[in-house]
Amino acid sequence: MEKINQKKAIDFLINNGVIIVMFILVIYTGLTTDNFFTSNNLLNTLMNMSSRLVIALGIAGCVITAGCDLSAGRMIGFGGCIAGVLLQRIDYSNKFFPGMEPMNVFVVALIVMAICGLFGTVTGFFIAYLSVPPFIATLAMMEIVYGINLIFTNATPLGGYVSEYTSVASGKFLGISYLIWIAVVVSAVTWFIFNMTRHGKYMYAIGGNPQAAEVAGVPVKLTLIIIYMKAAAMYGLAGFMLGAKAGGASVALGLGYEMEAIAACTIGGVSVTGGRGKVSSAIIGVAVFELLKVALQYLGMDANSQYIAIGVVIFVAISLDIRKYIAKK
Amino acid sequence: MAEYKLELKGICKSFPGVKALDHVQLSLRPGTVHALMGENGAGKSTLMKCLFGIYKMDEGEVYLDGEKIEINNPDEAMAHGIAMVHQELQPVPARSVAENLYLGRFPTKNFGPFKMIDHKKMYEETAYWLKEVKMDFDPKAQLGTLSIGQMQSVEIAKAVSQQARVVIFDEPTSSLSDNEVEALFRIMNDLRDKGVAMVYISHKMDEIKRIADDITIMRDGTYVGTWPAAEMSTDQIIAKMVGRELTNVYPPRGNEPGEVVMEVKNLCSIHEKSFQDVSFTLRKGEILGFGGLVGAQRTELMEGLFGIRGVASGEVWIHGKKAKIKHPIDAMNAGIGLITEDRRGNGIFGCLSIKDNVGVSVYNKYLQAGVVLNHKKINQVVDDSIQKLRIKTPSMKEHISNLSGGNQQKVIVSRWLANDPDVLIMDEPTRGIDVGAKHEIYEIMNELAAQGKAIIMISSEMSELLGMSDRVYVMCNGKLTGEIDEADKMTQADVMAYATQF
Repeated sequence: MEKINQKKAIDFLINNGVIIVMFILVIYTGLTTDNFFTSNNLLNTLMNMSSRLVIALGIAGCVITAGCDLSAGRMIGFGGCIAGVLLQRIDYSNKFFPGMEPMNVFVVALIVMAICGLFGTVTGFFIAYLSVPPFIATLAMMEIVYGINLIFTNATPLGGYVSEYTSVASGKFLGISYLIWIAVVVSAVTWFIFNMTRHGKYMYAIGGNPQAAEVAGVPVKLTLIIIYMKAAAMYGLAGFMLGAKAGGASVALGLGYEMEAIAACTIGGVSVTGGRGKVSSAIIGVAVFELLKVALQYLGMDANSQYIAIGVVIFVAISLDIRKYIAKK
Repeated sequence: MAEYKLELKGICKSFPGVKALDHVQLSLRPGTVHALMGENGAGKSTLMKCLFGIYKMDEGEVYLDGEKIEINNPDEAMAHGIAMVHQELQPVPARSVAENLYLGRFPTKNFGPFKMIDHKKMYEETAYWLKEVKMDFDPKAQLGTLSIGQMQSVEIAKAVSQQARVVIFDEPTSSLSDNEVEALFRIMNDLRDKGVAMVYISHKMDEIKRIADDITIMRDGTYVGTWPAAEMSTDQIIAKMVGRELTNVYPPRGNEPGEVVMEVKNLCSIHEKSFQDVSFTLRKGEILGFGGLVGAQRTELMEGLFGIRGVASGEVWIHGKKAKIKHPIDAMNAGIGLITEDRRGNGIFGCLSIKDNVGVSVYNKYLQAGVVLNHKKINQVVDDSIQKLRIKTPSMKEHISNLSGGNQQKVIVSRWLANDPDVLIMDEPTRGIDVGAKHEIYEIMNELAAQGKAIIMISSEMSELLGMSDRVYVMCNGKLTGEIDEADKMTQADVMAYATQF
């Protein structure tokens, strides 16, 4: 009996190893450095997390169906730029559409999501109906979206936003930035879709066994298209959020974010082989990633070495995660 | 010289829960074709896999030219001059013929301190060996561009090039056209003249009569006997193959079949070699058996009916209405359910819970406001079926992969019952599940029939087919070859006669 308990305890430690190590690292950083355990730093970290979480939740849907989405980063840049050109001050000298009245911030967010969602639908069409592997289809869309964005913006950085737009980041409700609230709402909606709708259940089924899903009468193709459309809309929203926070946008916005989002999802427990993953997985993954970055920064590790640390964490986290499923056999 | 080229004595092999081979023997004379025959699951392929070192035999001895040898893996088998042309070819279609022929034993030449592949030699030798088997296509051709028959002759050329003295053909003609079969027989005759001993596994009687010198028959993993092919009639062979009594493990059923529920007219696959021109009827409360040998295209027919495989022409009428089925969703809307043969492959969702496995095809029915899943009702439905079908599980949240095969099958049955189809197609419903669970599945089938559901059951297990069905259709090579509806005519020999018609 004692042995079994011991084994259980060891299993628990190993299965949650990365999170436990994260906790220790965070506590150690808090105790040894000043200003780490402050509400200011916490809110700052949460604000950084917010847009990353929206991206990760979008990409999680793709990963759960054993796919991926490489177009996320460029889609974010595209979304950020669309939002930018529609929300510049009328008196800004470098205005992209001179003389155009800036639009309502809320409407712009919806426009950005709709345009990006349209591109995601195209990606989804190629994946679902023409059986192009997601890796390749989203790679192609990544190139196309970047090209369109370059032509559209002439590669010039955008700035001079109306205060309504920048206040999406700076403004607060109950002392917490709107960006964080957006992430909370997106998480809630995603949780609802994953757990309370047919679409969510179909998504898990396709990820678990696409052949069986077909036989069981799941509309596999339509479901896949919706997943990639929804994901792209969320990247657009993330671009909108990042633009608000930075007060500007350029075509380079979002470069490489797709990789971080996929890594965050898998660290949190979204299985790249499909069928497994929750909203909480994406939240945990993004939190681990951001806390790691902040903690290392506070501990004075130089920015270049941080990349190595992140790589090591991915290796270890995924090895431990995979171990859970292999051990069951 | 020893009388026999190769002798297998007292071969035993067990898999968990099954004795697949029980003291089987086989003796091959040099320069002969030896037919190995038996029903599906008689152990023919298992025996050959033991010989070839793919499986490790539990007991038994192998003698080559009178000398005892041991074979632990395919490499050693090939080193002894034993080659196998597999039932399912396993080549590398994207590479050239020559590379496939020399895969794993590429000719090399020295390039300074390095060994590099001698392409020139490889192509020359490949051309030579292809000529040996009277096939002259380009050794540089990509293998995937060849027909299945041509690919097979590449495999044979490979066997010949290894100086094989024993060649095993495991159902080589199952996917060949008539011309290709002729070509294969020509090669086999050549090999016979060269003194090669061959094992030939096939279900096709006419081929056996043409090519075989000796026949060994197996049944249920045991050795029945060996006879000269010329002395055996087709009827005698069939009698020896099936000659087992039906055991009364099938629960009795009270109800009589009612009116016609489904009518299939002239259904043809888009593939020439698959099901063609199949017509049949199905009645309410009936269990309709589909018999035939592996490869008779029964599964393909049912998957075509269900909208998974392409159908070129033909009609399906359900309750007197013509059904247009292009996708499983259409089939479900028309009132058909399908429990597939390959439970792991396209039945269960291994990483999902029992609840999700049952729920997946009924979510449409349990929505609130058209969007939100009514988890309470779904839980109720799942709970009900766990009780009704006696699924052994601690809770509905358990992953289905933690259940036994029989319980997994019951979960899939629940999935379709929740969907309430009029016609339930069950493809090998008891494959890979233990005896107790089998019996429970039979009882469930009887209950469903009594409730007025129409059931189609594909079964390769002869006693199950005859024991459970009200009526039996037999298929052979994609065609319906017989219908047996009188109880006294439902014998294994009758089914086998229809099943081996082509």
